Amino acid sequence: MSRNTLPVLTVVLAIFLLWYIAAIFLNAAWAHDKATRSGEVLTTQTLVADTWSQEKPKLPAPHQVGAEIWKTTVEKKITSKRSLIYHSWVTLSATLIGFALGTGLGIALAVGIVYNRTMDMSVMPWVIASQTIPILAIAPMIIVVLNAVGISGLLPKAMISMYLSFFPVVVGMVKGLRSPDAMQLDQMRTWNASATQTFWRLRLPCSMPFLFTSLKIAMAASLVGAIVGELPTGAVAGLGARLLAGSYYGQTIQIWSALIMAAALAAALVALIGFVQRMTLKRMGMA
Amino acid sequence: MQEAAVQMPDTVPGQSVISAHHLDLTFQTNDGPVHALKDVSLDIAKGEFVSFIGPSGCGKTTFLRCMADLEHPTGGEITVNGVSPEEARRSRAYGYVFQAAGLYPWRTIGGNVRLPLEIMGYSKAEQAERVARVLELVELAGFENKFPWQLSGGMQQRASIARALAFDADILLMDEPFGALDEIVRDHLNEQLLKLWARTQKTIAFVTHSIPEAVYLSTKIVVMSPRPGRITDVIDSPLPPDRPLDIRDTPAFLEVAHRVREGLRAGHGDE
Repeated sequence: MSRNTLPVLTVVLAIFLLWYIAAIFLNAAWAHDKATRSGEVLTTQTLVADTWSQEKPKLPAPHQVGAEIWKTTVEKKITSKRSLIYHSWVTLSATLIGFALGTGLGIALAVGIVYNRTMDMSVMPWVIASQTIPILAIAPMIIVVLNAVGISGLLPKAMISMYLSFFPVVVGMVKGLRSPDAMQLDQMRTWNASATQTFWRLRLPCSMPFLFTSLKIAMAASLVGAIVGELPTGAVAGLGARLLAGSYYGQTIQIWSALIMAAALAAALVALIGFVQRMTLKRMGMA
Repeated sequence: MQEAAVQMPDTVPGQSVISAHHLDLTFQTNDGPVHALKDVSLDIAKGEFVSFIGPSGCGKTTFLRCMADLEHPTGGEITVNGVSPEEARRSRAYGYVFQAAGLYPWRTIGGNVRLPLEIMGYSKAEQAERVARVLELVELAGFENKFPWQLSGGMQQRASIARALAFDADILLMDEPFGALDEIVRDHLNEQLLKLWARTQKTIAFVTHSIPEAVYLSTKIVVMSPRPGRITDVIDSPLPPDRPLDIRDTPAFLEVAHRVREGLRAGHGDE
């Protein structure tokens, strides 16, 4: 832990430094405009101070984003429409449902591919094709079509999450379920084990390292899916809605705070899976 | 193991447990057909310990896999316990020990030995009783709750033998089970295997690369040679049933070993 602290801190500091410098350069033009109009003369000091405290900067400084996050999480009631925690929860719930659906679909398809020759020959190309379609193009259609049949709210967003997250699970689980070697499969055969017994006792346990790796990717994809799914809903709620509303009104600070929140959420979710992975594989003697 | 007098199981010559007649197996490969087995005929009587020895590609493992219904002969006949290998496999007539122990890392030693019993639907009480019994048989009593990585390679292989003994199979098929172990561990396991065989009265078919191992263990040594895989010599061992490790320095032992070596050389000579 302590061995990692110093390098990590160094990198974080470097990022902040670059960020502040970039903010000066990107926001300087607006600061000069303002100064020209009011007839002020900018010293270096006042220029820097101005670029780091504009209301709608091109690139908000870290402390501005930090203050915005503080204001919209700690100082706002969770029930408020301006609370970032409320919006994060909206996105998180769609992410988790989509992730669960995607994982389920992914595992089901993988089992089908491994056990059924017809599916083995036919499904994979479609699975790959499904991922070559830009999600931004079909997300609005999914929302519109589901809305037309009376499904709205959480589920359409979860469907888009599912669409993105089932793919890594299929690919990982097909490989995982096929990971037992010929000897292990022969051994099952010598015991006259049924396909079901071989699945539960050999193939599924063997696939666990592959599953967890896939789940991490699927979780991140799921969050992206939920955010993308919130864009066409007309900016009602969720981190995606905050991003969209922010871009409508030039609220760059709001955009950045939503972005940071999304990144933190993704990091937390992936870390959670990593934790479960370590526990599980250690108990299974596979770590 | 306790110093009990070792008794050889009674071999019943009239009763063929494994019987192969003019067995052929040809693999079709991109480089043309490969004759893994050609005109192989052999009878293994109940209670025999038969070793198969020969260079790589002589078909010894393929022959064993035919007995286990893991390969399918392209010609000839083979019966196991008087029925086809498939029927024998379905009735769980044999235990098969592979070169690698192949224990599941997520199961304890006891859990690994229990695995075939679970698959075969033994009751919980019977599973526990059998696991305890076979672990005792391979001298792993007390290791039931250990995980495979906590055991040495030799102990893991003993656990895999215990697993093959856990259900009531009269036949034990062993494919170079000690091939990956060092010489000293191997000697020890060979000694234990003989005692185990004496206690359990199983019929054992044992594939090996090692001449001393084959001669030390077997009542019958089958010498095979490659291209096409075939039997070149079948030697009935004149060695007594009681075999301490130093029997390997006696003239009788060396004579059998010599004959095996001659057989292997002859198989190579005609290329």
